[in-house]
Amino acid sequence: MQDFIQHIINGVSLGSIYALIALGYTMVYGILKMINFAHSDVYMVGAFAAYYFARFLGIENNPGITTLITLLVVSMVCCSLLGLAIERLAYRPLRKAPKLNILITAIGVSLFLEYSGQVVFGADPKVFPEVMKDFVLFKIGDIELKSFDITVLIVSVIAMLALEFLIFKTKIGRAMRAVSSNASVASLLGVNPDRIIAFTFIVGSSLAGVGSVLVGMKYPKIDPLMGMMIGLKAFVAAVLGGIGNVGGAVLGALIMGLSEEMVVAYLSSTYRDAFAFGILIVILIFRPAGLLGKYSVEKV
Amino acid sequence: MSSPLLTAENLEVFYGSIQALKGISFFVNTGEIVSLIGANGAGKTTTLRAISGLVPNKGQISFAGQNLNVVPTYKRVSLGLAQSPEGRGVFPQMSIYENLEMGAYSRKDKTQIKADLEMCFELFPRLKERLSQMAGTLSGGEQQMLAISRALMCKPKMLLLDEPSLGLAPLVVAQIFEIIKKLNKEGMTILLVEQNARMALKISHRAYVLETGRIVMQDSAENLLNNDEVRKSYLGI
Ligand SMILES: Nc1ncnc2c1ncn2[C@@H]1O[C@H](COP(=O)(O)OP(=O)(O)OP(=O)(O)O)[C@@H](O)[C@H]1O
Ligand SMILES: [Mg+2]
Repeated sequence: MQDFIQHIINGVSLGSIYALIALGYTMVYGILKMINFAHSDVYMVGAFAAYYFARFLGIENNPGITTLITLLVVSMVCCSLLGLAIERLAYRPLRKAPKLNILITAIGVSLFLEYSGQVVFGADPKVFPEVMKDFVLFKIGDIELKSFDITVLIVSVIAMLALEFLIFKTKIGRAMRAVSSNASVASLLGVNPDRIIAFTFIVGSSLAGVGSVLVGMKYPKIDPLMGMMIGLKAFVAAVLGGIGNVGGAVLGALIMGLSEEMVVAYLSSTYRDAFAFGILIVILIFRPAGLLGKYSVEKV
Repeated sequence: MSSPLLTAENLEVFYGSIQALKGISFFVNTGEIVSLIGANGAGKTTTLRAISGLVPNKGQISFAGQNLNVVPTYKRVSLGLAQSPEGRGVFPQMSIYENLEMGAYSRKDKTQIKADLEMCFELFPRLKERLSQMAGTLSGGEQQMLAISRALMCKPKMLLLDEPSLGLAPLVVAQIFEIIKKLNKEGMTILLVEQNARMALKISHRAYVLETGRIVMQDSAENLLNNDEVRKSYLGI
């Protein structure tokens, strides 16, 4: 039983990382009806930005809250800029092009970033700076609440609450929902859809930036292909929850995180990734719109 | 006489290879209700879309003395041009209140916005009762009320209405037309697109008859109501 609770804690912690990344997929899908395959590579660049910045400042051996916050900010800023640039240079010129063209472009941008990453950063893994010390914060019976997991949880919950506030309580959030629902009507009312789309990329990318630092902290090996698997899983999480649906992405990510942890704990770690794609297949067969998706999924 | 509020000259609109508007010209004076009537596919909606800049057009549109061709859609609302689009275009996942707030998106005058909200509620008390209801769950008539109110929240000089009576019960249609008339009495200039030609002509000052992308008739609404051709083709008499 105690093991089980421990696994739940780990699973939720993993799930919240997936959620941070899944939100980027789902927000961009919600507004542009496209899957931004480059999103996982934006996440990778965020990790490297934090890595180099930490070395540049010499804070890589200086774990603590300040380091955490500094790296979060650096990664968020770099990811936003990259996301913005991708949107501006690769996707905006194709706004009126057929969906397939945009999809292929997204894959192209993703490959471009992965291979440039290998050239620029080098292909072998780097050790992410020690953001924080991992220690047992609380102990309840045999259940250990480690500082990493608690940090991951707190940071992602704050990020998600901020997102929730942004989307549902602010004027620009309302405009985001309006553009996502009907861009031409929104523009009749004075919303500049291009600005809102750019803003959506900024928000989604900076959440990936948050995710990259948390992952770097917890699994401190980073390499230019680090985004592939986690990106795929986050994408599956977004589809599972109902792509385009913000709450769905979080729900899907938690399910993914928990089930992955349980599979590893009670079955075998060999099935870890197979399980994720099993979920994708099952969802596509039985509930293509996802758990919280209301509309039939559009063809891409 | 001052120059018209809106003038369109030689509008041509293409959808791919289909030409939906074949060089139409018309104008709307300040304070007028002008109707655009015509059969399905005549190009009425396309005309409104061209005025709002949702489709590119060859030709010349000017509004309040300004050349609209160089103004992107999202800036036209601040010039005083608001549209209640075909099919209402309410945001289904937003509440009535949020839809109305979207109408005021490009405005900053908080107190005036409040006053305009109250005005909408006076016109359509139904909306006030259901402020937090999702627009997608409203009835067709209620959505139409919301779409018109949302356009009013833009505080326009001119209102473009695309088939405000579509799919509504006769009683609601009469109510909507009453309100259009009332808005006009209070000074609003209105360009009205309607299938319901009789109702439209009754409240309009002038009208244009569109037929497959061309204007085939234009006259005062009164004359058109008595015109044999119009009576036969559009009024079903
Ligand atoms: N997006 C589009 N792509 C291709 N053709 C279009 C498109 N929109 C409209 N059309 C065509 O342009 C013509 C004019 O359409 P429009 O919607 O302006 O007609 P309308 O007068 O508003 O008709 P209705 O009374 O049925 O609403 C029609 O022949 C229509 O098929
Ligand atoms: Mg129409």
